Amino acid sequence: MKRLGTDALKQSKTGENMTIGIVSYGAYIPRYRIKLEEIARLWGDDAEALKNGLMVDEKSVPDIDEDTATIAVEAARSAMARSEINPHRIGAVYTGSESHPYAVKPTSTIVAQAIGATPEMTAADFEFACKAGTAAVQACMGLVGSQMIDLGMAIGADVSQGAPSDALEYTAAAGGVACIIGRKEDELAAIIEATYSYTTDTPDFWRREGMPYPEHGGRFTGEPGYFKHVINGAKGLLKKLGTKPEDYDYAVFHQPNGKFPSKVAKMLGFTTPQIAPGLVVPKIGNTYSGSCLMGIAATLDEANPGDRIFATAFGSGAGADAFSITVTDKIKEIRNRAPKVSELIKNPIYIDYARYAKHKGKIRLG
Amino acid sequence: MSSVPRFWRNLASRYNLEGTHCKECGNYFYPPRNFCVNCRRSGQIEHYKFKGTGEIVTYTIIRTAAEGFERQAPYTLAIIKLDEGSIMTAQIVGDPEKMYIGMRVRSVFRKLGEGGERGMIYYGTKFVPAET
Repeated sequence: MKRLGTDALKQSKTGENMTIGIVSYGAYIPRYRIKLEEIARLWGDDAEALKNGLMVDEKSVPDIDEDTATIAVEAARSAMARSEINPHRIGAVYTGSESHPYAVKPTSTIVAQAIGATPEMTAADFEFACKAGTAAVQACMGLVGSQMIDLGMAIGADVSQGAPSDALEYTAAAGGVACIIGRKEDELAAIIEATYSYTTDTPDFWRREGMPYPEHGGRFTGEPGYFKHVINGAKGLLKKLGTKPEDYDYAVFHQPNGKFPSKVAKMLGFTTPQIAPGLVVPKIGNTYSGSCLMGIAATLDEANPGDRIFATAFGSGAGADAFSITVTDKIKEIRNRAPKVSELIKNPIYIDYARYAKHKGKIRLG
Repeated sequence: MSSVPRFWRNLASRYNLEGTHCKECGNYFYPPRNFCVNCRRSGQIEHYKFKGTGEIVTYTIIRTAAEGFERQAPYTLAIIKLDEGSIMTAQIVGDPEKMYIGMRVRSVFRKLGEGGERGMIYYGTKFVPAET
């Protein structure tokens, strides 16, 4: 396994003479879950075949009063609790989601106010299907690296929508992750050595303005969407850094289901043990903009100082953002200050389809 | 629900349980007071952010909800004594049948309501049982 010493990390700069990384992170997953059997029961589908095919057992469901903004705030507050930094040091809050509560009015201003970071800062919302959160991470890396801001907060959060009886209904879940990006070496819990993106115009999945549910190209979404972009994004970063899959202790790939990340990991040469800690989709479903970041958060919860994490997010439309991350000693100091992903997955409240329909606003009153 | 300007004026205290504290007598106030009711002119008021933990003093279960809250019924509305001593009314998220007086609670950020499909969405503080 290739280990990078401190000097090597300083040379693998993300910006000019700068080491950039994750100061803190926080995750949030609503407590409610619906099992795939319950959804399949309603539509007469074969639950076992779906569970085996998707490698998903159940998915998270937001409470009636939870949306992308509340999930983003809870994740952001966990990140703040871990880091114990002064919120006024945060110069940017960017929230990535495909389910922002307002069409016009930022989610990020709500988050910024709720963590006490306002008013001397910038904020905006991002949208890139499932990779808006990692796009926000990259934007923060740029602002932090150029010294325009001291710290940046990037969030990926969603209460994703799947139309009743559509294939997406089995996996479209809710959750979010916030990352505080900084450049002071003694503050970094993980160093982001480099990032690489691969983007094309691919109509694999979309939702038009004012429409409640997205449309997708069915099987078309796999090869030209997910696999093409994740593989090219991952290979691009490995080539840029001159690293190989065996140089990493852990790997995380966007997890719309359990099958896709397992398959793409194998295609790229990563092993099952490498992706195991970050593969949380079987118990919570696809958290969309939170998906890859949730895998990274779950891996950071377990990783040791010096461990290397390879991560690739995917967003339909389509693009992939790959990251090479090395965990520092700081991780041990911060990670127990807020709930770990495994703790958020524990103790679920199972609901039936009727309650799920009520929570998701699928029932129109009056 | 409330008007947009009225909600906006109270936004900081609704989002973050921001209140005040009198350095003279040690009392805490939520919602914030800029004048101490005990010490009058000798009071020394300072800004204070509550920890967000407390316990249920009493509660009621709303089954016939007001307009805009129908979807949430049945839900629990409680009087909560914050650990600093202030008392406030708030919604408790969770199974109404499992509520009890003296239950420890902690604050969470939730949607309080909205002005219909076209109106503003109101966010703020609710509470959940602390052991969850």
